[in-house]
Amino acid sequence: MNVGDRALRFVSGLALLVVLVAIFAILGIVVVYGAGALSWQMLVDAPSSDLAGGGVMPAIYGTAACTMLMTLAGVPVGVATAVYLAEYAPQRSWFATAVRAAVRSLAGVPSIVFGLFGLGFFALFVGGRIDGMFYSDATSPVFGRPAILWSSLTLAVLTLPVVIVTTEEAIRRVPREHREASYALGATKLTTIARVVLPHARAGILTGVVLAVSRGAGEVAPILFTGVANYLPRVPTDVRDGFMHLGYHVYVLATQAPDVDRARPMLFGTVLVLLVLTLVLDAAALVLRARAQRGTRV
Amino acid sequence: MLELASGTPCRGRAYAAFRGHGDVGCRATRRVVNRALFLWVLLSLLACSGRYGREPGAGARITVRGSDTLVVLMQRWAEAYTANRPDVVVEVSGGGTGTGIAALMNGTTDLAMASRPIAPEERARIEDSGARLVEVPVALDAVAVYVHDTNPISSMTLDELRDVFQGKIRRWSELGGASRPIVLYSRESSSGTYAYFKERVLEKGDFAPEAQSLPGTAAVVQAVARDPMGIGYGGIARARGVKVLPLELDDGSRVPPSREAAMARRYPLTRPLFLYFVTPTNPGTEAFVHWIVGPEAQGLAEEAGFFAWRGSL
Amino acid sequence: MAGLLMSRGIAPRRRFRRSLGERLAERAIALAAASAIGAILLIFVFVVREALPLLWDGGADLALVAPQHYPGYDHPAYVWQPVGYPPKYGVVPLLAGSLKITALAMAISAPLSLLAAIYVAEILRPRTRALIKPVIELLAGVPSVILGFFALTFIADATQDILGCTYRLNALVAALALSLAVLPVIFTVSEDAIHGVPLALREASLAVGARRHQTIARVVLPAALPGIVASLVLGFGRAIGETMIVLMASGNAAVLDASPTSSARTLTATIAAELGESPRGGEHWRVLFLLGMILLVVTWALDTLCRVVVRRLARRLNPSEGEGP
Repeated sequence: MNVGDRALRFVSGLALLVVLVAIFAILGIVVVYGAGALSWQMLVDAPSSDLAGGGVMPAIYGTAACTMLMTLAGVPVGVATAVYLAEYAPQRSWFATAVRAAVRSLAGVPSIVFGLFGLGFFALFVGGRIDGMFYSDATSPVFGRPAILWSSLTLAVLTLPVVIVTTEEAIRRVPREHREASYALGATKLTTIARVVLPHARAGILTGVVLAVSRGAGEVAPILFTGVANYLPRVPTDVRDGFMHLGYHVYVLATQAPDVDRARPMLFGTVLVLLVLTLVLDAAALVLRARAQRGTRV
Repeated sequence: MLELASGTPCRGRAYAAFRGHGDVGCRATRRVVNRALFLWVLLSLLACSGRYGREPGAGARITVRGSDTLVVLMQRWAEAYTANRPDVVVEVSGGGTGTGIAALMNGTTDLAMASRPIAPEERARIEDSGARLVEVPVALDAVAVYVHDTNPISSMTLDELRDVFQGKIRRWSELGGASRPIVLYSRESSSGTYAYFKERVLEKGDFAPEAQSLPGTAAVVQAVARDPMGIGYGGIARARGVKVLPLELDDGSRVPPSREAAMARRYPLTRPLFLYFVTPTNPGTEAFVHWIVGPEAQGLAEEAGFFAWRGSL
Repeated sequence: MAGLLMSRGIAPRRRFRRSLGERLAERAIALAAASAIGAILLIFVFVVREALPLLWDGGADLALVAPQHYPGYDHPAYVWQPVGYPPKYGVVPLLAGSLKITALAMAISAPLSLLAAIYVAEILRPRTRALIKPVIELLAGVPSVILGFFALTFIADATQDILGCTYRLNALVAALALSLAVLPVIFTVSEDAIHGVPLALREASLAVGARRHQTIARVVLPAALPGIVASLVLGFGRAIGETMIVLMASGNAAVLDASPTSSARTLTATIAAELGESPRGGEHWRVLFLLGMILLVVTWALDTLCRVVVRRLARRLNPSEGEGP
């Protein structure tokens, strides 16, 4: 091996090493500090005594409820869009091109702009209209204020590209023979899609959903103005309630906790919970994706 | 989607035969996926079912937004208030006084916490729509000046403080300290403390652009506690791990932000903290405010490091 | 509708004609596809709608981009002090702050991730590659607020101990954390591009006697260039739009200063910190939406630029096919 080869091998190997060390340093530090702070009580209690005591249960619940509402709103639309793009869109149709361009642009929009949009459109415009129509006699806005509903709809729009792209990929991976076999049995296109294509692409679709949930659970900027609250001792029971969120709770504990030193164990614990949640989801997505790719190799 | 979620296998014989072949290895995956999907939909439905039948504005949900100075105290109040009132939910958010008042204007909160009196134009904006704004002073706070524990400076005058935060005094040596640059820690402009400091200390001048804007008083305290060259400001209740500088008055006396000095209004940076709401509001909010000005809540305020509100300013 | 369906049931069914239900469902699917277009249009409309009135309601007096001589200042200056007497909305320090932090983050993450991508794609064995890639992709799943927390708590201390910065929170701290967020994006896309270069190209180069490093530098990387450019632009877009990291770690002082160890205030952090406070429809509110509009336009421009450049490069490298490798 000559000098140039060695140098390349060394420099690029070093870069990879730096990257891996950084990753394991972050994970290691978060796990080590967090594991010391984590307790059962932390997972089931509401925060108390200036956020330094108790637990983060409302934040866990809020994150879960928010992402679930998000999937309810976003996944059907995303899957339908992907079905359209993969199955119906004619080659070189302007509409499909426009949809693809829109999905691309949507994926590139900064998350804080989604926050602006969620506040301006969902909370104030849509919510305000609903109030105007149904609750014109209420003393304070019912829908026209930040709430978990608006947060999850904002996140649904934010995660739409993830769902669309992964689902389209999965649908395209369904072998043509399966479709043809279905047509040969006399099934219509829609039946084929619903009974053959989608079930076959299920693991791929679920990959997209899990990735979207993971992304949605970790985003804080879009929910800043659309419904998250610092402190809410009880869990939200209505879509018009505010909610606590793990990511936002990390932000609050790190920058606004009344007594930062006393709240530190809480902070590390919350960070660990959030990290484990998102990483487990991502790992699940990786496994699902691998299965989806393996399963279709006929 | 429904087809996916229901988890029932395909019914037609032809399909069944067809699907039985081809993806044999996937059957286990499919079962898992089916169950996961089913659970997910079930949980989602659970999450969104809830008290839909609740009357709007029946007082079950009180939202409070605003001053970060007050947010700690409000969390304690909310904790104590809801402890034996299971039908009440108090939702507390910070963000700064400006946030709270803006939310009140936009109608997105029931109560606004403020660490400065509402500005006349803000009041006008709210009252123009025919509503009446109610102001309730709820506690007394002293804005303290923090420096690092090892800082040798023992006091400052208001003028020095102004020059420091306007960037006219840039080194500690100009104040008799070490020969190092001064690092300024300020707050985001949404903070009532920021506005109060700007008006009272900077006399409406601007902060030096180098002043770091931190998102909460706690962040200021934390930053100053770790920075030997740092200086910051914030409510006295939050000061931990930092040195609180007494202020030197014109008569040469040094006044620390103590309870006595604040109650006697001798400490120059003493300010009342307010709650604002717009009438007519829901009865739950009014009951909560009544409770806050009562002895139990005021005791909690003292515990949290504020001073109880007594009488006039 | 039920009646319609019934009547269809009685009428003799024409072959190859889809039922009404099916056609309705297909319409619904096409409608759902339109929702992506709807979403992006709504975002644009609702951001612009709040920002635009600035242009005709005396926005010219606000001196958004020109230096302004404010009372109390010695000379005209770019100042961002939206709560002031008068409010000062100089956008220039914010643009500079965004660019400074993004440029720093790119300067750190681009070489690291490209080199790592070369190592993983060209030197590692396939089995190790299959292990390492997901690990780096896992970093992409770490929520940015955790990276922000990490910067605030650990990176800030480390940089201050090592470099002795005056400001504990500064652009460099934010950029370090930001580069962690950008790294997996650049790495994944460019690694795919490098890995996707046809084996025949490498073999041809090695066969004529080129060394490994020569092959990589002269053959593989040029062939993967469209993908690499795309990865860099994608990373840049991610960096400039990132909010929580910079909000927590950059110090947020709106200074015009090129030093990496002074603090900086970005467009995104400004929106996040100030939107909540501003009354709806006020001047400040509109300026913040204008910042959002700037972000939106910048990311779109980047995306378009990226597509044009990538297409050009691909065509130049592979004129016969017209599409990249």
